[in-house]
Amino acid sequence: MNNTFQAPTIEYGQLAPLLLVFGAAVVGVLIEAFAPRYLRKSFQVPLTFVSLLGAFALILVQVFVSGVPTAPAAMGAVAVDGPSLFIWGVILILAAVSVLLITDDDHFVPQAAAVPGSAEEDDALAEGAAHTEVYPLVLFAVGGMLLFAASNDLLMMFVALEVMSLPLYLLCGLARRRRLLSQEASVKYFLLGAFSSGFFLYGMALIYGFAGTVDLAGISRALGTVSGQDPLLLIGTALLGVGLLFKIGAAPFQAWKPDVYQGAPTPITALMASGTLVAAFGALLRVFWVALGNLDWDWRPVMWGVAILTMVLGAILAITQTDIKRMLAYSSIAHAGFLLVGVIATGDARQNADALSGILFYLLVYGITTVGAFAVVTVVRDAGGEAGHLSRWAGLGKRAPALAGVFAFFLLAFAGIPLTSGFFGKYAVFAAAATGGALPLVIVGVVSSAVAAFFYVRVIVLMFFSEPAADGPTIAVPSMGTAAVVTVAAAATVVLGVFPEPVLRLADQAASTLFIR
Amino acid sequence: MGGYFGSYALVVALFAIGVAVVAGALFLNRMLRPTRLTPDKLLTYECGVDPVGEGWAQSQVRYYVFTYLYVVFAVDAVFLFPWATVYAAPGFGMTTLVEMFLFLGFIALGIVYAWRKRVLAWT
Amino acid sequence: MEPAEIFPHSGGVIGVSWLMIALPLLGAAILLLGGRRTDRWGHFLGVAMSLASFVVGVLTFVELLGLGEEQRRRVVELFEFIPGMVNMGLLVDPLSISFVLLITGVGSLIHIYSIGYMSHDPGRRRFFAYLNLFVAAMLLLVLADNYVGMFIGWEGVGLASYLLIGFWQHKPSAATAAQKAFIVNRVGDFGLLVAMFLIWTTFGSFAYGPVLGAAGDANVPATAIGLLLLLGACGKSAQLPLQSWLLDAMEGPTPVSALIHAATMVTAGVYLIVRSGAFFQAAPTAQLVVTIVGVATLLAGAIIGTAKDDIKKALAGSTMSQIGYMVLAAGLGPIGYAFAIAHLITHGFFKASMFLGAGSVMHAMNDEVDMRKYGGLASVMKVTWATFGLGYLAIIGFPLLSGYWTKDGIIEAAMEHSPILGWLAVIGAGLTGFYMSRVFFMTFHGKRRWAEDAHPHESPAVMTWPLILLSIGSVFGGAFLIVGNRFMTFLSPAVGAPEEPLGFHPFSVPGITTLVLVAIGAGYAWTKYGRSEVPAVAPRGSFLTTFARRDLYGDALNESLFMRPGQWLTRLAVFFDNRGVDGLVNGLAAGIGGSSGRLRRIQTGFARSYALSMLFGAAVVAGALLLVGNL
Repeated sequence: MNNTFQAPTIEYGQLAPLLLVFGAAVVGVLIEAFAPRYLRKSFQVPLTFVSLLGAFALILVQVFVSGVPTAPAAMGAVAVDGPSLFIWGVILILAAVSVLLITDDDHFVPQAAAVPGSAEEDDALAEGAAHTEVYPLVLFAVGGMLLFAASNDLLMMFVALEVMSLPLYLLCGLARRRRLLSQEASVKYFLLGAFSSGFFLYGMALIYGFAGTVDLAGISRALGTVSGQDPLLLIGTALLGVGLLFKIGAAPFQAWKPDVYQGAPTPITALMASGTLVAAFGALLRVFWVALGNLDWDWRPVMWGVAILTMVLGAILAITQTDIKRMLAYSSIAHAGFLLVGVIATGDARQNADALSGILFYLLVYGITTVGAFAVVTVVRDAGGEAGHLSRWAGLGKRAPALAGVFAFFLLAFAGIPLTSGFFGKYAVFAAAATGGALPLVIVGVVSSAVAAFFYVRVIVLMFFSEPAADGPTIAVPSMGTAAVVTVAAAATVVLGVFPEPVLRLADQAASTLFIR
Repeated sequence: MGGYFGSYALVVALFAIGVAVVAGALFLNRMLRPTRLTPDKLLTYECGVDPVGEGWAQSQVRYYVFTYLYVVFAVDAVFLFPWATVYAAPGFGMTTLVEMFLFLGFIALGIVYAWRKRVLAWT
Repeated sequence: MEPAEIFPHSGGVIGVSWLMIALPLLGAAILLLGGRRTDRWGHFLGVAMSLASFVVGVLTFVELLGLGEEQRRRVVELFEFIPGMVNMGLLVDPLSISFVLLITGVGSLIHIYSIGYMSHDPGRRRFFAYLNLFVAAMLLLVLADNYVGMFIGWEGVGLASYLLIGFWQHKPSAATAAQKAFIVNRVGDFGLLVAMFLIWTTFGSFAYGPVLGAAGDANVPATAIGLLLLLGACGKSAQLPLQSWLLDAMEGPTPVSALIHAATMVTAGVYLIVRSGAFFQAAPTAQLVVTIVGVATLLAGAIIGTAKDDIKKALAGSTMSQIGYMVLAAGLGPIGYAFAIAHLITHGFFKASMFLGAGSVMHAMNDEVDMRKYGGLASVMKVTWATFGLGYLAIIGFPLLSGYWTKDGIIEAAMEHSPILGWLAVIGAGLTGFYMSRVFFMTFHGKRRWAEDAHPHESPAVMTWPLILLSIGSVFGGAFLIVGNRFMTFLSPAVGAPEEPLGFHPFSVPGITTLVLVAIGAGYAWTKYGRSEVPAVAPRGSFLTTFARRDLYGDALNESLFMRPGQWLTRLAVFFDNRGVDGLVNGLAAGIGGSSGRLRRIQTGFARSYALSMLFGAAVVAGALLLVGNL
């Protein structure tokens, strides 16, 4: 045993975006502790935006001034490479857009500790209390996402996973209306998330048992040198995979998604459906491509099965949904399946770069469209909050043509209709998969897309060709933030659908170096 | 399975024997004893005193919060031990001290937050 | 002579020629997104955008003229549209710039006219937005340097046309007409799309340069591509057998009829055929079909025109007929291209001027369209009368006016190619003389047959000035283009030129015959509609009249040929569907829905059962990995 202890070197410059977000979160907690109640929001909101946008600026500085690093930072614990930087940028954009939705207080419970329906709750409502803890929680979650997608060893990845998940568990339970549903979602997410973390941790332990290291590159090296402990490695791979597949909501680990998406406050759902998915895919790619890349003959058939099951289950189950948020949740499951098709499409370096670039682009466009769609959901309201039931959306096209039109456009983008960003996303991923020899998967993907298109179009038909209900939902006047979100998302969906070239090229560049080891 | 898992075989065997002994004893007992139930016999045995209240009991939720706070301290302590071993090594000293206090500061943040939210007061 | 080479270009006005498309598009976007806030100044923005586009067009034209004759085909690369498949670029050459000037020039005049025409309409802003959208799409159609870009423009004008025909959607007839136009055009688009698929599989490219350069190669299915392109052209240009939508399209506001359904959009088919000339020159069969379609339509349109009492429908029949001339000329190969496009341009002027004149009349007569209720308007609407009259003289081919030069060119070229085609075209010219005179005399001369409450008056200056400008074009345009083969020389780098250009023979047999027939037609119309009483209700007439009035039974034909068999087929299909196919088609849908319903039950809502399913899934994943790993 070597007793000399090496002092670690930390590349603070490369980690600056992470540190900024976490630092802002810590400051946010201090504000909660010391600032008077009435001032908190006016501190928290600028702080949140400044840190998110500042982190984004730091990424730009890193890319354009310092150049993309070629070696992992912080003693090999964090890899700030092309894909990481792209994913960071995407997460920060999505988070900033989601925070615009969050600034609308109307979504969050005034006092989370009050029993639903109790006198305390009424008091808190009357008092106009608000939980400004939401902002530091979101920042912690976002910081976790950033770290999750960039962590280069399993231990760091696990820490990031928890830092990302714990605030989200809490945030899920803070919906202002239908609080029992929200709390149920929160508890379910927590229980199942903890369960999946257990799988991840156990898989990590087994892999450590096999490789003697938690470093992703080290595991990859061990694959070539250690032999005779296959069951350990394979079961470890499976359990690690379960933990990650749970986070992206792949079947058969998708059960939490609809319940949680439905119960959580819609802005938080938007953040989860976009940011968490992006981060989880970053981590999934890193584990399966970097650490277990040489094991692809073993995991690929299983991934095939998971991808097919996810696409088919997501598309089919979405058909009979009657709640708009649940439908979007199932659509998110189906999209996770489409993205998995890209994960499987490995091959030589060129092929990997193509597949990776497709996935990166897909994540960006899907994330933005998702946030936009949930933003629309927040403004269609009933007496009891958002009008979730699809029957309430009948005839929306006549009552609010612009809103319904934008929503229809988002749905078409989900369906992957040409001239929307969704088309190029799907095209990029499926094209890479087809050249990577996963043609049957692509066919399943296209068929599922067709099935999925059915329920997207069904909603459009409902909105535009049905008679509006007599006591239909009111269309809340969107706050500035919400209006901005819808506008930005719609614009991005159009621009990336008509003129995707610059962003595709950026994704290509980010993917060209692949993951550093 | 080979040698690696082979070494666990003994453990598994011992475990199996242990289970078999206990289960066998209970089973034999059940075979041999007479079974005549009365309400008194069905009562939960609590050192000879009649049980009071329900089988399910809830703890006061405040304990939960204190458990959390305990975890915060525990995390502190766990990290302090390995730190203490390198602190004395040449070339560390001051830097490590500052770093550790930064770390402690972050951990203390949780306590400060709890204190400001008046969690530490019992009533 | 072959078409000239295509050169890449950057810089200069040509380098920013995309502004021509971008400006009206921006206008449309502002007007549509801006909503009611833009109501007050929206129409001015629309006009300004169109005019700006025209200015850029003129500057581009000037810059293009500054280049050497063989240098006048420039491609401006814009961006990679579909990676590896389509690079979007603009092709600025004599052919496209001719269209650009027509579209933006006539388009701007019609924009200005519409300020007056639509002044009382609550939807005026929306109207200008659609007009701007149309201009942008039409410019994309003619400027794109590849078939995909052209197709996007093609669909864009289709959309604008649909929106504008159905602009008064509260009228069921307008809504139906819009849908009819949309559906009939889909048939044509289908042909165009399949042609594009063939082009891609054959050449591996959509760009005009490589595709048309290799169109004559031996292994190219030129006939198939040509005929499919023709199908597309027939849909957009209302040629037989896809003509039926154009007459109904007159439900749209009159400026729309003038701009879209007379001057520009309906000529897109001619553009397509001329642009893709290389395919047709490589496929004589396809060329023959083009000429037959052209002649058949020119006669059919003329016959329909003779019997319509609705002034706009009579003019629409005439449009069909005139486009038939252009298609005929385009089918003749390089010898006809210059005449086709020249006639297209002059037709754009005189037909737009007549349509706007008709709009002016309707404006004055409380939107009455029945010519039997007009009569004697010449005295109260001097400007309209004069401009309409000049347009009328131009279209019937009155010597030295625009139509005379261009139509005569087409007849001469057709005669050269095949006397049968030529003489049929001459007969068509005679019919034109009759039906246009009928429209003119019924409207402006004879007795006043006005409704009780009609108080006709001349239109405001904002409407009459465009009429005057347009009629200048309809008087001098033809001579300017044709005399000295000016236009043919200009166009030849883009489309090629015949070995020996056709001279102009004013005193040839066909030329004289045409003039005589036109004079007879006009004279007969004068005796029947100018001098004698016109009954207020249309007389029954012979079966021929009925034939013409019912659009040559075009709709009936469609109905019996396509709709009825379609209905039977549907019924048959429904029958089979209910019996056999049910299991396949309905069953599939029901199966998906049903399995969805069953699968839903997995989602019990209990966290414990979710956890169990996760555990189960983890076991399966681990088991599968072990199984695969140990294979």
